[in-house]
Amino acid sequence: MEEYKDDVKDVDFWATNSEEGGWNISSTDEGSQKMLEQEDEVTTKIQMGSEVINDYFIDDDISDDERMILNMGPQHPSTHGVLRLQVELEGEVVRRVQPVIGYLHTGMEKTGEELNYFQGPTNTTRMDYLSPFFNELVFSLATEKLLDIEVPDRASTIRILMTELNRISSHLVALATGGMDIGALSMMIFGFRERELILDFFEKTTGLRMNHNFIRPGGVAADLPDDWQKDIEKILKVIPEKLKDYDEMLLDNPIWQGRLKNVGILTTEECLAYGITGPSLRASGYAWDLRKMQPYSGIEKYEFDIPVFEEGDVFARWRIKVLEIFESLKIVEQAMANMPKGPFKIQDKKITPPPRKRLDESMEALIHHFKIYTEGFKVPEGEVYTTVESPRGELGCFIVSDGSSKPYRMHVRGPSFCNLQALPVVMSDSPIADAVAAIASLDPVLGDVDR
Amino acid sequence: MKENLDISIEDYFQKVEELKNDGYEMMVDLTAIDWFRKKEPRFEVVVNFLSVSKNKRISIKVKLNDELTIPSITSLYPSANFYEREVFDMFGINFENHPDLTRILMPDDWVGHPLRKDYGTGRIPVQFKNAPKVD
Repeated sequence: MEEYKDDVKDVDFWATNSEEGGWNISSTDEGSQKMLEQEDEVTTKIQMGSEVINDYFIDDDISDDERMILNMGPQHPSTHGVLRLQVELEGEVVRRVQPVIGYLHTGMEKTGEELNYFQGPTNTTRMDYLSPFFNELVFSLATEKLLDIEVPDRASTIRILMTELNRISSHLVALATGGMDIGALSMMIFGFRERELILDFFEKTTGLRMNHNFIRPGGVAADLPDDWQKDIEKILKVIPEKLKDYDEMLLDNPIWQGRLKNVGILTTEECLAYGITGPSLRASGYAWDLRKMQPYSGIEKYEFDIPVFEEGDVFARWRIKVLEIFESLKIVEQAMANMPKGPFKIQDKKITPPPRKRLDESMEALIHHFKIYTEGFKVPEGEVYTTVESPRGELGCFIVSDGSSKPYRMHVRGPSFCNLQALPVVMSDSPIADAVAAIASLDPVLGDVDR
Repeated sequence: MKENLDISIEDYFQKVEELKNDGYEMMVDLTAIDWFRKKEPRFEVVVNFLSVSKNKRISIKVKLNDELTIPSITSLYPSANFYEREVFDMFGINFENHPDLTRILMPDDWVGHPLRKDYGTGRIPVQFKNAPKVD
């Protein structure tokens, strides 16, 4: 064997002909199948969470031959986008998980530094593509806080109306894709069908089904369309009926309960340690909702409840999304009943562009229009961190302004990015079939993770 | 409701430990600012904490020295893991004692740190001088 080894030279296959300008391919991380080699206490804590619950079967007799590393994704329907997971399996038990992200990274924070505040929502709305209104809202709130202005009541109410409708549509997608992952295929059709109702209203109001760029610093882009109450009434009538259908199909279904109950448990301590917010935290028994605790856009005026579950399993996380849709419908109903009259954006010539009609009549309006669309408006120096409760948790926006019309640094704290850290905790020591249910219950949106 | 603190890099880890014992259960956000040619020192790390029991927020700002090294707080707050990797990836700031300090969003063999101010965006500037005439 020794002699044979000498004969084989270390020939780099790709490096041949390199003198004549041949291939020179540097290595990428693609295909590398490596987990962490050393597992000290900290790493184990990160992998397993602070408290491991032994509710899964763990077969100690499995030999090392059955230990293998499997790549789930990035192109895999149940990973909700381009999420790649390196899973270490022992037989059918998931031992360790390492999320690999960045496949959708387009440098939106860098782009945000190139666009001015007026163009900013165009960029942020594309981050979490299932809840675009929240991204626009948090950016607008941050800018308004730096400018020290308050938007008119009608603008705030329209913002609440649109964001809560958006929460419903986002949760419907979560229910639909979650159902699909577990095998309830009709749930997928149902969820997307009802979401269409809301998207139609969005299209009527903003012109687009997704990525609306509707909520802007200083108010909203346009007023609500004529007869908007009829559309909302239809939504308020249809969606509760359909939700009852879902409950009839799934709530007492033994297969659904068997797949979801006592699966992927997150304790309250783990949620706090990993910074998990939103429905996942509330499903683990902590009643924390920024709409109640740190309200924004006057949402403290509305009456609604926060559903809380103690179990912290996948079933609780599914159920809480259904109940939150009912609560959001309550807010939408109140917003519709109490919609104030008045302007839908702030009447400040330096911040809001004049209406189209005025451009033909007034030279001053033309100048303001030109200044806003070319240079943008200047924002005083300062730093601000604002938060809203997005369907996935705390969505934060950190803006540093240097006094110019573009943010010096724009950072968005995406809830999915943080919630994804809990995947190893949720998935480890459970069968691989439950892994898919666990991913679906955390509801990550990869546009929000990678930004 | 929100406090801002400036902390020196020596006291950073100790202060975070105090905050954790003080009831700030969550580390919600960790990011950095690059003050290229505007301020000295160049980099600042900003960490946001949230106390869900007291409904309070606190924001810590640490100025980095030229070594660009700061202790990792992953052992105190496991949620800092991804954020520290992101800041390492985007700004090239090293976190001591981090369990797995690798690039997270960019490919492993990427050169440079994109969110630094001296890293170009690749945008081609618009020039009107030699634009073709329209008749």
